[in-house]
Amino acid sequence: MIAAAHLEVKGLTKGFGGLVAVNDVGFTVKSGEILGLIGPNGSGKSTVMKLIMGIERPDAGSVRIEGVEVAGWPSHRIARLGVGMVFQHSRPLHRQTVLENIVLGLLPDRLMRLLPDPEIEARARAIAERVGLSGVIDRRPATLPFADLRKMELAKAIARDPRVLLVDEPFAGLTASETMQFSELIKAFRDDGCAVLLVDHNVKSVAALVDRVFAMYVGECIAEGTAAEVMRDETVRRVYLGGSIETAARPESSFGDRMPFLQVENVSVHYGKAQALENVSLHVHQGEFVSVVGLNGAGKTTLFNAISGMLPYSGDIRRQGRPLRGLTPAAIARGGIVQCPESRELFGDMTVRENLDLGGQHATAEESRERMAWLFELFPVLKARQNQTAGTLSGGEQQMLTIARALMMRPDLLILDEPTLGLAPVILEQLSKALERLRQTTTITVLLGEQNVTFALPHADRVYVLEHARIVWAGDPSRFAAEAGTGYL
Amino acid sequence: MTPTRSLASRILLSRTVWIGLSVVLLASTLPLYVSGYILGLLTMAYYFGVFSMAWDLLFGFAGEVNFGPSFLIGLGAYTAGILDNLYQPSIWLCLFGGAFASVAGGVVLALPALRVRGPYFGLTTLVAVLILQNFVIVAAGLTGGEIGLTVPDVISVDAGVNYWIALGFMAASGAVLYALSRSPVGLILQASGQDAVQAGALGFNVTKHKLAAFVISAFFSGLAGALLVFYLGAASVGTFVDVTVGVQVIIAAVLGGRRTILGAALGAVFLIAAGEALRPLGDLSTFIVSAMALVVVLLFPSGLLGLLTRARETT
Repeated sequence: MIAAAHLEVKGLTKGFGGLVAVNDVGFTVKSGEILGLIGPNGSGKSTVMKLIMGIERPDAGSVRIEGVEVAGWPSHRIARLGVGMVFQHSRPLHRQTVLENIVLGLLPDRLMRLLPDPEIEARARAIAERVGLSGVIDRRPATLPFADLRKMELAKAIARDPRVLLVDEPFAGLTASETMQFSELIKAFRDDGCAVLLVDHNVKSVAALVDRVFAMYVGECIAEGTAAEVMRDETVRRVYLGGSIETAARPESSFGDRMPFLQVENVSVHYGKAQALENVSLHVHQGEFVSVVGLNGAGKTTLFNAISGMLPYSGDIRRQGRPLRGLTPAAIARGGIVQCPESRELFGDMTVRENLDLGGQHATAEESRERMAWLFELFPVLKARQNQTAGTLSGGEQQMLTIARALMMRPDLLILDEPTLGLAPVILEQLSKALERLRQTTTITVLLGEQNVTFALPHADRVYVLEHARIVWAGDPSRFAAEAGTGYL
Repeated sequence: MTPTRSLASRILLSRTVWIGLSVVLLASTLPLYVSGYILGLLTMAYYFGVFSMAWDLLFGFAGEVNFGPSFLIGLGAYTAGILDNLYQPSIWLCLFGGAFASVAGGVVLALPALRVRGPYFGLTTLVAVLILQNFVIVAAGLTGGEIGLTVPDVISVDAGVNYWIALGFMAASGAVLYALSRSPVGLILQASGQDAVQAGALGFNVTKHKLAAFVISAFFSGLAGALLVFYLGAASVGTFVDVTVGVQVIIAAVLGGRRTILGAALGAVFLIAAGEALRPLGDLSTFIVSAMALVVVLLFPSGLLGLLTRARETT
């Protein structure tokens, strides 16, 4: 038998509708090796992981586990062949104890197994010991701290002694010391001869742990090598940092208002045990374009949802000095703070025009008509497609429609949450041009949340960097690459 | 208790099991001192209890909402009744035929239905009820149509005997379904119901397990339906197939406590007893019972049994 337990991926391709999520991706992970699969949101890295696990079926290409072709197999067969996956979000059995949750991972896939096997329980205890859960083995998942829940997911995934281990965003939501602990556990698997694939957004978070890095962008490989090599790579730097970006920032003193239009002061938000925002403060002047840059999970969407009144928070959020707390999301939106959510939330079965008309519900017919004419000028493609249903538009067109619909409401402050999510570079450019025109021809105030720096910097007057729920840098976009860039690769 | 006690002993030591046993023992003495009328009522309630427990295995554990429990019940009941009418074999054979028809119908329904996601499974099961209902009415020569089907045989005319059969059947079904829910297979079913993708990635064939749950649920529903026919001596759409029968079964299960199996039987007895106690109020009684069910579902989503066990766990 060939000694190496390994994973070999070749020519993997997967499309969803018109969008190619993964295009001709190939790599190998040897026994005793950790490969970091990185890429920004929408780069296709999670899809690659799902294709390996059999959760999605590849359109083309091959996935081999120790030489066995598994492309197209259902996930339970792939799991039994020796692939384990640690999910980022999972729903444990809440009515069972930690022990029983681990036992689940050890059970045979047989219907006739009606009596519990005492040996299984002993093995579950051994696994709990190995990942450091012995102390909480009889507790229920809901009473555990977040880091222990992650360990429990790991315990379930390794229960069948997988030879290939897939880990989705291993360190999301963990503190520095917990990250260390978790890293040690993953290293132990590598040392046992496991092939480990870590999926994450950036090199930095996994650099200390991985042997090699495979970087993806819009479904394709852009770089492969050691962490240091990939961090030096031209294309990677351009994707993450935007290379040499021309910025057009206006100095903050040029905005004449004494009191900023929007003030966010010491805002904190918790989701159960996880802290999503920690003492975040920022402000936006009337007419200013402010970008909040941060990776997935940094807290951007949480911040915007707090501003829009959709989440309980501590601290203060004020609009022109008046607190927004206590207002309903609908009242805040009617008051002129309009959010374009990451998920777009279009009415897919309605036409482009009907979607826009909905945005203009509160205006008079005359105003609404004028507004729409102006928007069609700003986004000519929407004019051409006004009778098409929104669901049939491409991703980029849908994003333009989302922004156009928000503009129909004549917002005082437009909040854009990750407008570039899943868009191809050429579409990105069109969107970028539209924003540029918007900034030049109107006095609109914009708060943009992005992980794509190339898109976020050129229009911004000021930039905030959000990392692990905190603002870690604020300043002029031209200083971003030098001062905050390295932390962002 | 030390943490080293095994899963098997945990089941045997579970208070629920002992309480269940005591209740059954107590209930088996009822024919000695209550009227035949009340026994008749409880007999009905016990069969309903089995319907509800079988439904809870699907919803509470496999996570699939079956809006058509009466499809499975009706198949069992009518098959047993028609067999008896046409050929008059032994009642055992009729009962077996009913249970078998229900399982076969369940597989035919579940195989395509489990392929569709989310609410469509529920809708498919609902449509199945309507199809069966229409078939019974159209094929009146065979099924008795809207008038109903009378069967020549009954198991017994003695209220006490019928009562003991129903109680024994409910206790046995409850024991099997409860043990199943606490077995390794029950654990896999719960995982499949909560997160099918992850259950698959853990190496479990989710479709196979859900199908098995459907088959087991169908077996008990069909057998209970068949037994009920030979207790009532007749089958009609209104008592076995109608969507409202299915709704009652569902309400009983949710009322008693989702994911508890035994709670479903409790809910069924409560529902039928409450309906009877409020009968003097006429049409208003249905309204009051429904309102009570709504209050329990809204305020105590873990149901009657959940309420009892929860209180005990925290002490």
